[in-house]
Amino acid sequence: MTDSPMTPGGETRRSNSDVEMAIRTRELNLWYGDFQALYDVDFDVRRGQITALIGPSGCGKSTLLRSINRINERLGYVRTEGTIEVLGKNILDENVSMPQLRKEVGMVFQRPNPFPLSIRDNVLFGYRLHEAKATRRSSVNRRQEDEIVEQALREVLMWDEFKDKLDANSIELSLEAQQKLCIARLLPIKPAVLLMDEPCSALDPEATAAVEELLFRLRGDYTILIVTHNMAQARRVSDESAFMLMGKMVEHSRTDEMFVTPKFKETANYIEGRYG
Amino acid sequence: MFEATELNIRNDRIQERFRYLFLAMAVVLIVPVLVILSLLVIKGGPVLSWSFLTEFPKNGMTEGGIYPALLGTIFLVLVALLFSVPLGVAAAIYLSEYAKDNWLTRVINLAIINLAGVPSIVHALFGVGAFVIFFGFGTSILSASLTLAIMTLPVVIVATREALQSVPHAFREACWSLGATKWQTIRKVVLPNAVSGILTGVILEVSRTAGETAPIMFTGAVFFVPFLPESVFDQTMALSLHLYTLSTQVTDVPENLPYGVALLLILIVLAMNALSIGFRTYLRNKKKW
Ligand SMILES: Nc1ncnc2c1ncn2[C@@H]1O[C@H](COP(=O)(O)OP(=O)(O)OP(=O)(O)O)[C@@H](O)[C@H]1O
Ligand SMILES: [Mg+2]
Repeated sequence: MTDSPMTPGGETRRSNSDVEMAIRTRELNLWYGDFQALYDVDFDVRRGQITALIGPSGCGKSTLLRSINRINERLGYVRTEGTIEVLGKNILDENVSMPQLRKEVGMVFQRPNPFPLSIRDNVLFGYRLHEAKATRRSSVNRRQEDEIVEQALREVLMWDEFKDKLDANSIELSLEAQQKLCIARLLPIKPAVLLMDEPCSALDPEATAAVEELLFRLRGDYTILIVTHNMAQARRVSDESAFMLMGKMVEHSRTDEMFVTPKFKETANYIEGRYG
Repeated sequence: MFEATELNIRNDRIQERFRYLFLAMAVVLIVPVLVILSLLVIKGGPVLSWSFLTEFPKNGMTEGGIYPALLGTIFLVLVALLFSVPLGVAAAIYLSEYAKDNWLTRVINLAIINLAGVPSIVHALFGVGAFVIFFGFGTSILSASLTLAIMTLPVVIVATREALQSVPHAFREACWSLGATKWQTIRKVVLPNAVSGILTGVILEVSRTAGETAPIMFTGAVFFVPFLPESVFDQTMALSLHLYTLSTQVTDVPENLPYGVALLLILIVLAMNALSIGFRTYLRNKKKW
């Protein structure tokens, strides 16, 4: 890793600090086959902040999220139009390399999905993917890996719990621990953006609180875009909120504003729980 | 309230009768298995001995052991695996992980289904035409094993594809989202988690291959060779063909001898099946997702 990591396109990133928006979509339209799931979405996500994406089931939150790391494209029948800029670079350009994009944009899923490997191997999984084989073998690297594991687990506040069982199979951990491990797994490849699709919906309230605490901790170092169905959670954790309805971006403002004085009737209805 | 009417009672009786009818049909299944096995054990059991396994046949095959046939079967199966496993696994990986639903994929799938349905005697003729004559391998272990490999390819492909597909999609997504290429994902996540299922399929294939007669009798297996094969271009004896020969071609065979061979063949197949089932159970219990 150099001090100034590359953007997906290849230019150095953190030097152009004028990029205030980590994510910026313009006239984003997306189709699953004949079905249009996103309509002209213009969406800006501020660097280093937590943005909550809310809206009723089926409105396109996951679709929007999954187009930001282009994981949607695995389905052969998805078509995207418009632009999605990540750190100032349009990721739909032809010269964008998927591995580089996904290094920059990490993703946390609804159901914790650690690999059926040890905790250590999970944390190192992404790091090893992007590391040449030759360096992976050396003994220097073993020490370096130990440091990476410790640092990532400290960052997600799990080092004390995990340090004596790094070789335990992650499938046997509690859901909360698994989800935190899934976040820790992203950190060694130094992403700038973390996309989270209802990361707490499989967790009980206590575990949810613990993950939220973790989000606060990561705030600032990472740009976090989190989908949630839980209005209280959106209010608690996010700086800004964006409300979607039927594939359209309806309203996007500071969370404290949106939840007190929503501009649109639909937004008000939704946050008051009238549908969704 | 809630008392059964005439009609309810009658319907219940009919339903009971059908239940017993179907049960009887299911039980009938067990009968041939039991009869075959007990016949083999009673008649063939006394023949089995260490020297039976390790000696050459003597006196026009009416005495002695079946060592070259046993070895030949093992040899044929191993060489067949050498071809069918890499090919079948690779094809299954393509179909499960890469293929989009287009005409090529559909043609391949159709080919697999049809390949599985081709009678083994037809495979034999194909083997003669392709490997013995066209490629000039002659009647040899190589030709016979290639024929067996093609015949069992669908088993390997289907079992592998199922094993691959049983790996949760969430693992793949997690891996892709960390920036892995498709191949990295297959190698690091999909294959390690599918290997148990693939092995189960391979073992089942072994058990099927070991018993086949038709595909090898024209392509590489012979009634009798007085020495062991030294290369894949030699001909060999095989248990299944040996059994066929003893029962139909050789006169003055002691009655028990073919049963002994048959028992051995069945034991090999059953052992393989048991291994496969045991393996699957073991790995299923180990898996936690
Ligand atoms: N793979 C797919 N193929 C076809 N249509 C899809 C696919 N995935 C999603 N859709 C459709 O696109 C729309 C948006 O789905 P999406 O999953 O993005 O909604 P969501 O807002 O995340 O909903 P939820 O809150 O239930 O997760 C829905 O109408 C859905 O039916
Ligand atoms: Mg969703």
